[in-house]
Amino acid sequence: MATEVSPKDAVELTSSSASYSPDNPAPLIEPPRARTRRTPRSTRTNFELYGWLFMRLSGVVLVVLVIGHLLIQLVLDGGVTKVGFAFVAGRWASPFWQYWDLAMLWLAMLHGGNGLRTIINDYAEQPNTRVWLKTILFTAVAFTIALGSLVIFTFDPNIR
Amino acid sequence: MPAGTLYRGREGMWSWVAHRVTGVLIFFFLFVHVLDTALVRVSPEDYDKVVATYKTPVVGLLEYGLVAAILFHALNGLRIIAVDYWTKGPRYQKQMFWSVMGLWILLMLGAIYPVLGHAARDLFGS
Ligand code: HEM
Ligand code: HEM
Repeated sequence: MATEVSPKDAVELTSSSASYSPDNPAPLIEPPRARTRRTPRSTRTNFELYGWLFMRLSGVVLVVLVIGHLLIQLVLDGGVTKVGFAFVAGRWASPFWQYWDLAMLWLAMLHGGNGLRTIINDYAEQPNTRVWLKTILFTAVAFTIALGSLVIFTFDPNIR
Repeated sequence: MPAGTLYRGREGMWSWVAHRVTGVLIFFFLFVHVLDTALVRVSPEDYDKVVATYKTPVVGLLEYGLVAAILFHALNGLRIIAVDYWTKGPRYQKQMFWSVMGLWILLMLGAIYPVLGHAARDLFGS
C-alpha cells in the first residue's frame, strides 16, 4: 500500500533532477573511497595507514631524541662553543650516543621524508612533476641515511 | 568564508600551516647538518673550521630560530597526536593550541640565555 504524502511534505523536483524517474534513474555515485572493480590492485594495501601511524610513533620518539640532542649541543656545558672534533670524538666513543644519533638520523629522515611526500602529493599536480620530485626526495633521503650511518660507524678519532 | 575551499582560517588552519613550514625547514636543516657532520670523516681541521662559524652571533640567531621551529613542531605535533587519540582531544583542540603557544613562548624565553649568551659575550665583551 502506498504511503500518503501530503502536498506540504512532497519534494519538488527542480531542473537538474526533474528528468529522473523510476524509468530513468539518476546515475549511482560511488562514495569517494569505496573500492570498485576499477580500483587498481596495487593500491590495495594499507601503506597510507602505516605511514600515518609511523608519523605519530616516530614523532613521540623524536621529541625525546631531538630535544635531548639540542640540550646537549646548544644548552649544557657551554652551549655551542664546546662543539668541535674533540667533542664529537668523546661522544662517539660511547655506543649509547652512537645508537642515539643513529636512531635520530633514521627516524627524523624517514619522518621528514614521508612528510615531504605528503606535501608533494598536495601541491604538485602534473604526474610528471610528482614523479620527478619524489625521485629526488627518495634519493636525498636514502643518500643522507646512508652517509650519516657510515659516518657514525666508521668514525676514527685518530684520523690524523 | 569563500565557498569551495578547505582553508577555514583560525587556529586549526594556521597551526597546520606552521606545522608544515617548520617541518620542511627542519628537513632541509637536517640534510645540510648530516653533510657538515660528515666532515669529521674527512679532516678534523676542516670540521673545526666549519663549526667555528656556528659560534658567531649571526649563526647564533639562526640556531635560536631552529630551536623555535623544532619546539613549535614538537609541541604542536604532540597536540595533533592528542587530537587523534584522546577521546576528548577534538573538543579541546583550541585550548590545547593556546597551551602549546604559551609553553612555546616560555621555553623560547628560557632558551635566550643558554643559546644566545655566548653571542652576547662576543659582542659586548666578557
Ligand atoms: C620533535 C618531534 C616531532 C614530532 C612530535 C612531530 C610530529 C609530527 C606529526 C604528528 C606529523 C603528522 C601531521 C599529520 O599527519 O597531519 C608531522 C608531520 C611532519 N613532520 Fe614532524 N614531528 C617531529 C619532528 C620532525 C622532524 C625532526 C622533521 C624533519 C626532519 C619533521 C618534519 C615533518 C614534516 C615535513 C611533516 C609533514 C607536514 C605536513 O604534512 O603538513 N618532523 N610531524
Ligand atoms: C644547531 C643545533 C645543533 C647542533 C650544534 C648540533 C650538533 C651536532 C654534533 C656536534 C653532532 C656530532 C655527533 C654528536 O655530538 O652527537 C651531531 C650529529 C647529529 N645531529 Fe645534530 N646538532 C644540532 C641540531 C640537530 C637537529 C635539530 C637534529 C634533528 C633534526 C640533529 C640531528 C643530528 C643527527 C641525525 C646527527 C648524526 C649525524 C650523522 O649520522 O653523521 N641535530 N649534531
